[in-house]
This record gives sequence, structure tokens and C-alpha cells, in this order.
Amino acid sequence: MSGALLEVNAISVSFDGFKAINNLSFNINCGELRAIIGPNGAGKTTFMDIITGKTRPDSGDVIWGNKNISLIQKSESEIANLGIGRKFQKPTVFEHQSVMENLIMALKNKRSPWSVLFYKPNASDNNKVISVASGIGLFDYLDKLAGELSHGQKQWLEIGMLLAQEPQLLLVDEPAAGMTFEERKHTAFLLKKLAKSRAVIVVEHDMEFIRSLNCKVTVLHEGSVLAEGTLDHVIKNQTVIDVYLGR
Amino acid sequence: MKSPLMKFLNRNPSVLIFLLILSVFTILITIGSEAFGFGFISTSLVKILGKTLCFCLVAISMDLVWGYCGILSLGHFAFFGLGGYMIGMWLMYERTRLIVLEAGKNAELPMTVQEIQNSIGSQIFGVVGGSEFPIIWTFSNFLWVQLLLIVFIPGLLALIFGWLAFRSRVTGVYLSILTQAMTLALALYLFQNDSGLRGNNGLSGLQNLPGLEDISQSVISMWFFWGSALALGLGYLFVKLIVESKLGNVIRGIRDNEQRMRFLGYNVEIYKLFIFTFTAIIAAIAGALYYPQAGIINPAELAPIASIYLAVWVAIGGRGRIYGAVIGAGVVSLLSSWLTGGQAPNISLGFIELKWVDWWLVLLGISFVLVTLYAPKGIGGLFDKLTKGARK
Repeated sequence: MSGALLEVNAISVSFDGFKAINNLSFNINCGELRAIIGPNGAGKTTFMDIITGKTRPDSGDVIWGNKNISLIQKSESEIANLGIGRKFQKPTVFEHQSVMENLIMALKNKRSPWSVLFYKPNASDNNKVISVASGIGLFDYLDKLAGELSHGQKQWLEIGMLLAQEPQLLLVDEPAAGMTFEERKHTAFLLKKLAKSRAVIVVEHDMEFIRSLNCKVTVLHEGSVLAEGTLDHVIKNQTVIDVYLGR
Repeated sequence: MKSPLMKFLNRNPSVLIFLLILSVFTILITIGSEAFGFGFISTSLVKILGKTLCFCLVAISMDLVWGYCGILSLGHFAFFGLGGYMIGMWLMYERTRLIVLEAGKNAELPMTVQEIQNSIGSQIFGVVGGSEFPIIWTFSNFLWVQLLLIVFIPGLLALIFGWLAFRSRVTGVYLSILTQAMTLALALYLFQNDSGLRGNNGLSGLQNLPGLEDISQSVISMWFFWGSALALGLGYLFVKLIVESKLGNVIRGIRDNEQRMRFLGYNVEIYKLFIFTFTAIIAAIAGALYYPQAGIINPAELAPIASIYLAVWVAIGGRGRIYGAVIGAGVVSLLSSWLTGGQAPNISLGFIELKWVDWWLVLLGISFVLVTLYAPKGIGGLFDKLTKGARK
């Protein structure tokens, strides 16, 4: 452990008087896998929006990496380039473009219009694309349009795009939603494998799925942290039972 | 076949096909022209065709900004018109200067520099009740400066407008309305007599090239036709180079899901600004070639409806495929000038007489609705069905 990768210090944000996030603090270390659970409206999505720069908090700070960079004033693209990747619940790949083109766009490279205009894939880029595509089982589909893939394949492509981005922290929103039992098992396996080389935050509803991740759990409620610890520890917490599990 | 351009043409045979068709068309018109051929194509028709090529070029820029980058700009004709004004200023100044000098030859005393300048001023601005040169005419006696301004002024307007709009993340229909407001505001400003560009009179006599009065319009019209064809060919090539590069992938990504592109680390606003400004410059160049062929430019050319027509051309031709824009602009604008030019015979249906001049807009509206409903990919989409390999 080399200390906290991301430090969220006492952030608050409200929308039209509704406190979506209320004095929330949160830490994650390098290479850690963390699950976040909480009832609807607990502020899970807003929390991710703040980390990725989509929403600005009213107060508090978000500190990134060992250089202690504040993310509060940074744009979505700057934060993404610092090494934070985000996967949405609904697979969002670029359907009108090929698997290859999707991966090339995601590859960690210069992002200015000028360098993109004159970009030519070099040997190392090609190797990376091939290895990522093989890893997600889409090597034979490189020339196919992403829109022609099945739902599951699109999920894998999106994960592949995240891998190509080479992030240090990955935010994953409900990865198991709408999946079969087998697919869930595979997804849990994949997330655990991902967390070996980078930090991963998983937002999930499904208790069985979280149990299979076998990691530290943070429970959010009404915009702040209610409990933190192993799954067995937090589900014994009386408040957690009252607000979340008891229903 | 080693150079990058050759490789590019190999991968994209449609570019070669387009350039071939354009060359053949240009040669055919040249052979048929009054100046260089058998004369069965009149000079006025050459001008109409030359102007149509300029419309095709501005439609290409519209396709890049709308069809590929997803920005429905309804203001690109403002840049087209501004380009025309920039070249028009030099044409008008220089020609008036030559006329003044010619008239001054017979005077007993040679004119002073100030007298010449005053005389040019009153010739140009007398119609709006002035003779002073506004500050924006400072460089109108330098052709090369005005040529640079064709690129610079519309480019700067697009840059400032785009920066303000994209920075505030104005998108979709709100952005379209803003661009309409921009072109309307510019047109209203130019309508004023003290705008410095002769108010609603606009700039006229642009078909006469200064110092070349001895050369007939049939020859000059061919020069501009060739120039327009060359600009269209180069514009097609450049835009195709952009959309086939990784930049093309990124702007299509922005069109389809700009939030996702942000989380991939792309600064969406910079890309939009780049494409918006670049296409504005293409539109301005097209305009600078168009108005010397039209002979006159006035603020009505920048009316909001003109930019809407531009979007209609691209929609009918088929977005996101550059040749679609060329087909749309070519077919619709030629049909329009034929049907509203009075040459098309009216059709009598007994109970009602179909006058094309009146019915053309209705027809255009109906065909726009039909294309939107039944052929969302436009005329170009029909081509795609024939050539299955083509996509995007």
C-alpha cells in the first residue's frame, strides 16, 4: 500500500435545496477493490459525478494521487487524462464505429485535435489493441461495427476501452445489472482481476454479487457514509439494517 | 503508390470517383462554353453552374459540422456572406478607383491623392449619403489583405461565437437557435446604412474584375467556374482526409455521445470549436467564389432562411456522407433556379394552374418532410444501398 490514491474530504452538494451529498469523506488506496452500496437516492451516482468532474461540489475537496492534485476545478476530460475511468450501467460504446476504432479512441495517447488529426497507429498501439481485444474476447470482431455486437459483447467492449485508457482508478456503475448468474460470476472474476493492477470502485445493489467480490464495503445513506468495513461487519450494523436491509 | 496521399486514395476510392466526375463535368462545360468551346452553353448557365459548385462546397462544410460533428449550425451562411463581402470590398474599391482615374485623365489639372480618394468614396458611399471611408475599408486597396480577410474575419467570428457557445455547453436545438440569432443579427447590422457596407444596397458590380474590362464575361465566368471546381475538389479531399482520420472518429463520437467522449479524456469543446471554425472558413471561401459570379451581395443573403436551406440541402442529400451534401446542394439549388427562373412550363390541371414559381417552396417542403420520414439517410443513402461496402 502506498497511501491513499483518492481522498474525498468533507464534500457537500445540494440541488435546489436537496442535499444530495452531505459532508462525505472517503479514501481509496492504490490497487484496492471497494464496493459502494446504499438505497436509491443515497447519492451514489452524484458521488461518482463529483469524482469524475461532471458535478462540482459546493464545499470540500477531492485529492488525487501522490502529487495531491485537487480535482475540484478540473474538467471531465482532464480528470479522465489524470487516470480515472468510468463505466456506465448502460453499455455506451460508439455504435457507428468499428470495435477497432472504439479501442483506438480509448488508447492512452495525446488528446489534442492536432495530434489526433495526424495520428497514425504505431506498432505498440496495434499490439495494445490486439491484446485488449483478445482479453475481452473480441479479437475476431475488430472490423465489426460496435452496434452489431450483442449486449454482453458491448459490455466487454466498454471494459476493453477502459483498459485501453490505462486508468489508475476505475469507477464501475452496477456492472451486474441485467446479467445472468454465469455472467455475474464472470464479471466478479474480471473485476477482481482488474483490481490487481489498479483501484476499482464498484457501485452495486446486489448483495450476493458484492459478497462474491470479497472486499471492503462502504454504505452510503442520505449523502454520507453510514458504515464501512467487511460485508459481514456492515450488515450487522443496526442503522444499516434499518435504512437498507430491513426493507 | 507509396506516398500517404496515394495510400489514402487507394483506401477511399470514392474520392477518386468524385474528382473524376468533377473533372469530366468541368471539361464538358469548358467544351460547351462560349469562350473556349462550341458555345452551346450560355454564359449565364456557366455562372449558374459555377455558383452551384460553390453551394456544393458550403454544403460539404455543413455536412462536416452537422453530419459528422453533430452541431446543427443554422448560421453557416453568415460566414458564406461575409466571405463574399470581403472579396467584394476589394472588387468594388479597385474598379471604382480605375473609373475615377479614367475620368480624371481629361481634367485640366491632375487629381491629388486626396481628391481621388474622395471621389472614390462618394462614388461608393454616395448611395448611403456619405463619402468617408469607414475604418473597415482600410485595406480594401490591397487584394492580398482582403484575400486573407476572407479566411480571417469569418474565422474569427466563428471562433468567438463558438468559444462562447461551446464553453457554456449550449447544445442541440438551443445552439441552432443561437446560430440563427447570430446570422440574423449580422444581417440586421449590415442592413443599416452606417454599417460601412452600403446598407441594403450591398456591394454590386462584382462580376467586373478591375483592370480586365477588355475580357468578356464569357471568359471570366469560365475562370470562376474553374476556380469553383478546383475549390470544391480540394474541399472534398481535405474534408475526406479529416473524417477518415482519428479526428473523424472523435467527432463522430462527440456527435453520438459527447459525455462519453469527455470521460474518455477528450476536450469536447476544443474539438467542436475546431470543426466549427474550420467549416466556417470553408463556407467563407465558397462565398468569396460565389459572389463575384452572382455580381451582387446584400444583407438579405445572410437572412436566417439561407442557412436553413443549407441544412435542407444536406438533409435531402444525406448527412454524414460528403458526396450526399454535394448531391443535395447540386440537385436542390439547380432545381430551384430552374423552377423559379420562369423557364419551366406551367402545368395546367384544368381546375388549377400549377405555377412552379409559387409551388416550388411547397414542393421543397414536402420533399423535405418525405425525406425525413422515409429516407432519413437522404439521396446519398440510396447510393449506400448500391455499394454495400460503404458505411459511416
